Amino acid sequence: MSNAVISGASYVLVHVPNLTMVAGTTQLLERENPGSEYIKRVRDHLRTYEEAVAYPPNQTYIGNISPEELRNIKRPWYQNPLKDSSRFGRYGEIMPEDEFYGLMALSDVFGLVILEREFAEGVKQKLLSHPLFSADDVNRIKNVADEDTIKKHIEEGAVELKCDGKLVGCVRKAHDRDEALSAHVMAENLATKASAVLALRHLFKVTGISPGEVDYIIECSEEACGDMNQRGGGNFAKAIGEIAGCGNATGADMRGFCAGPTHALISAAALVKAGVYNKVAVVAGGAAAKLGMNGRDHVAKGMPLLEDVLGGFAVLVSSDDGVNPVIRLDSVGKHPIAAGAAPQAVMQSIVYDPLDRLNLKASDVDKYAPELQNPEITEPAGAGDVPKANYKMIAAIAVKRGELKKEEMESFIEKHGVVGFAPTQGHIPSGVPVIGYVRERILAGSMTRAMIIGKGSLFLGRMTNLFDGISFIMEKNPGAKKEEKMPDISSYLAEAFREFAEYLKTRGEAGAPR
Amino acid sequence: MFEGKKIVIVGDRDGVPGPAIEACMKTTPGEVVFSTTECFV
Repeated sequence: MSNAVISGASYVLVHVPNLTMVAGTTQLLERENPGSEYIKRVRDHLRTYEEAVAYPPNQTYIGNISPEELRNIKRPWYQNPLKDSSRFGRYGEIMPEDEFYGLMALSDVFGLVILEREFAEGVKQKLLSHPLFSADDVNRIKNVADEDTIKKHIEEGAVELKCDGKLVGCVRKAHDRDEALSAHVMAENLATKASAVLALRHLFKVTGISPGEVDYIIECSEEACGDMNQRGGGNFAKAIGEIAGCGNATGADMRGFCAGPTHALISAAALVKAGVYNKVAVVAGGAAAKLGMNGRDHVAKGMPLLEDVLGGFAVLVSSDDGVNPVIRLDSVGKHPIAAGAAPQAVMQSIVYDPLDRLNLKASDVDKYAPELQNPEITEPAGAGDVPKANYKMIAAIAVKRGELKKEEMESFIEKHGVVGFAPTQGHIPSGVPVIGYVRERILAGSMTRAMIIGKGSLFLGRMTNLFDGISFIMEKNPGAKKEEKMPDISSYLAEAFREFAEYLKTRGEAGAPR
Repeated sequence: MFEGKKIVIVGDRDGVPGPAIEACMKTTPGEVVFSTTECFV
């Protein structure tokens, strides 16, 4: 049985300051309070597209600088923009909001996204210049109207789409009474779908494969799509694949809060290793609801609203090519239901149990990738440096196990940790943002293995008090192994059948009982 | 210290979760009246 390998990863961000105001949960809740100081002040804290592009953590996410380079940039990062920043990076891009509305429109197959006529024409031209979108893609933007018609839809409950203060479109509801198909939910879901399409298109560029080569898609965003009879019925995977051109693929959605992507990657690797599929794309789009989630604290502390981007990623899991890093399925670490919630128990289950199984020490793993939220976003809100909290626990257990001296904890964290750089887009920061970077380091020979860790807050769904943790190790490919040549058994089988037929014939002639 | 006290627990998934704090509090004379874990990311 051949291994499953990681053939490439793409990462995209979409700067959506206006969508933040109409789709982010924090902003929507604050709008219910007519005297909200936050709503009065927040617009002054929105970043320009150029500021979002030059923001060092965003440049790290799309691959223009490494996490090590980010660590060396003085904080606050929002006051130290990257001089040589670029919209496009090795792994993807940071798309501006106007083009994204066009992408939402071309991803919408039910005529729910309406763009203002003149705006639509401008966006079409911009998307035609985009390296990953063709005239066929752009020609799907057909649902256009004048501003008055759009205003009428908004009066009837459609979600407004604005750009530079101007009304440029809307997202309509998909059903009169079904809350699962309301304008708000459809805007969220179409934002997820469109950003996932962007990530998938970049994956094709990164890996050089054609969309038709993908056999299966596992979608692992935070949102779920469905109707009032099955709110999470699905399926984003095929919907995204349809727009991205994956005509030979089918797929399904996998959820687990922030642990979703890691579960999805393990499942993809298992399907490939079992020979069910050759190429599985794991993909996720952004979470509009989480835009501006910690905005109240950012505004109160005089910071820019840093949660103004949707995040997306895609990873291609393929059958073994003898080159790309393998997903070691014997390294999977899980947090079982009965393990308990103590932090030590969690880290034991998802980090140290697999290491013990593989006879590895903590220091044998070059990089650990737990939650990788940008600390500049979480610290002002009182949540601290989440990656560092995870690294401290990993290091503390190493000390307890006698693998590390207490005074070595800081250096262990620096050497084996990764500075947080991902936007707080729920599932996006959980382990997966480093896969592209780790893959390149392993291919270059400067790294041997990394542990990808997903942690999910299952308790938020109020079905259980449990949370979840899951991990796997990606490792340098041991090299192409020649399949052991199987002997040709057809001649043996033919001989056996002949002998058996002869025996039956003899038995019949002897009148043996049947 | 916890004699006659009612205890409200708000745990953090990436810090110390609610059930872990609750397990500690149950060794005291205090009464846990509410325990939850929150996710701040």
